[in-house]
Amino acid sequence: MDRITRRNIVNNVMLTVTGICTVLTVSVLFLILGYLVYNGWRSLDWNFFTKLPLAPGESGGGMANAIVGSGILILIAAAIGIPVGFMGGVYLAEFGGKTVPMLIRYTADLLNGVPSIVIGIFAWTVIVVPMHHFSAWAGGFALSLMMIPIGLRATEQFLRSVPDSLREGSLALGASKTRTIVSVIVPAAKQGILTGMILGVARVSGEAAPLLFTSLNNQYWANNLNEPIAALPLMIYERATSPYDDFHRQAWAAGLVLLVLVLIANLASRWVLSRGATAQRG
Amino acid sequence: MGTVVATAPPQTRPRKMIAFWRDGDQISHLVTFIFAASVFLVTVFLVYELWIHSGPSRAKFGFNFLAGTTWDPVTDQFGALPFIYGTVLTSFIALVISVPLGVGAAIFLSELAPPKLSNACTFLVELLAAVPSVIFGLLAIFTLVPLMRQYIEPFLKHTLGDLPLFQGPAYGVGYLTAGVVLAIMTFPFIISISREALLAVPREQREAALALGATKWESTWQVVVPFARLGILGSIFLALARALGETMAVTMVIGNDTGIHTSLLSPGYTIAAIIANQFTEATGDIYLSALVELGLVLFALTMVINAAAQLLIIATTRKGSKPA
Repeated sequence: MDRITRRNIVNNVMLTVTGICTVLTVSVLFLILGYLVYNGWRSLDWNFFTKLPLAPGESGGGMANAIVGSGILILIAAAIGIPVGFMGGVYLAEFGGKTVPMLIRYTADLLNGVPSIVIGIFAWTVIVVPMHHFSAWAGGFALSLMMIPIGLRATEQFLRSVPDSLREGSLALGASKTRTIVSVIVPAAKQGILTGMILGVARVSGEAAPLLFTSLNNQYWANNLNEPIAALPLMIYERATSPYDDFHRQAWAAGLVLLVLVLIANLASRWVLSRGATAQRG
Repeated sequence: MGTVVATAPPQTRPRKMIAFWRDGDQISHLVTFIFAASVFLVTVFLVYELWIHSGPSRAKFGFNFLAGTTWDPVTDQFGALPFIYGTVLTSFIALVISVPLGVGAAIFLSELAPPKLSNACTFLVELLAAVPSVIFGLLAIFTLVPLMRQYIEPFLKHTLGDLPLFQGPAYGVGYLTAGVVLAIMTFPFIISISREALLAVPREQREAALALGATKWESTWQVVVPFARLGILGSIFLALARALGETMAVTMVIGNDTGIHTSLLSPGYTIAAIIANQFTEATGDIYLSALVELGLVLFALTMVINAAAQLLIIATTRKGSKPA
């Protein structure tokens, strides 16, 4: 009897502990969101979106250049990362034999695991060193490298989940393999692929480490893509580690804007995926 | 007749080739292969570039680079040990906190919570994984660092001050703070992958244990968790790889000290943090290539851990996917 009571007590205590673990971990997200909204909202005004950053001591100013800069960097990254990830994924899922895809899949996972700061060093060695100056190109290239493995694996995974009956049906109608892929398989998997691409964009949009010595940051507008360019994550880093209160407020505002953008991208990707799932069922 | 047979193949082969190319299958095969191969090539090129650019440093210091404890740009003396130590120590602190918390939450989400609640919580935890590193750093600087300095570190010194681990003034920044930030950043990975591994455990395993009279906890801890142990271990390795390579948040709270300290309260440095801080300011070939070599060391470290994580996760998903 005693033994059973003890076992029951252990049971209840441990199960409660796991519940507490869950509450603790989930509440962290709400703490982060709440604190960021509280601090960011107070510092956020219209100027933030329209004005250039000011020197310490001058109040006001914004981060218009960093918002546009981040957009440009993401565009460059997407222009390289999405085609490579998509086409590579098509190869892995639809062509390819055994060994070659395995090797490519393995290196894609390897690339995915490379620390972002090391990606930054690589982009520095191949673009900044030969060009002799920091540039938006180098930053965009670094970000694209982080995007490729995500897009590649998502494309492959969702193409593979398309039932073989669809492939066979198309081929039986006399369509070539290319025609089958373009008109049947990819459309069937498009929601999943889109989700992967959005997640890739969301991941790189918050990265600062690969930009530190590639696109560098810039307090003004970049005249062209061969110049250093500002980015929101870099601005947050720079402002948060500065000693000025004005700068801290700007960092909070930038943090709020960045987090909202990243969360919206993540929610959008889930929404796309869930819509795809219901559409296929219906 | 014989001549017809002999001339037939040269006529049909080009025609077949033309048909092949008109379908475009060969072309699309080739084009997609080029894109896929570029992923392989760029990764190989990455390793090559790190190797070449760390050349001067490797030539000068050899393997002593890994064991050297001085980091002095003025005299061009560079050793990586303080940074390797800081990287491993902060990641270890992170795991000490995030493993029990993450595995506990994963157990709750897979074994106890109703599916709807479980999915909702997992969704929130995975959103946490999407929060950018700089934002963790921003919050840590303004909330965690003052908290550590004023309350937690004095408390630790007061209660555990006899240990060499809790010596020196409470700066707020240092190994312990970086470890706590890393713990928060890594537990989403542990929760979401461990939960998958636990959910993949066949239902019969649980039912058998319960039928033998085990309590819910006994069935979970003695049957379900051991069954999923490889997947859980894989999630921990994945979290470790993330923690080792994490840059921005750590750079903002590590305290930037190039020494090796036993006290967890002391400021330190990690490999990623020193690269982030000094790369743009580095002057001279040896200095730069020493930083690149640090990048190479970090790359090697995370690759080994990542490979182990992949193997473990593959091993369990295979086992779990088998019909029981």
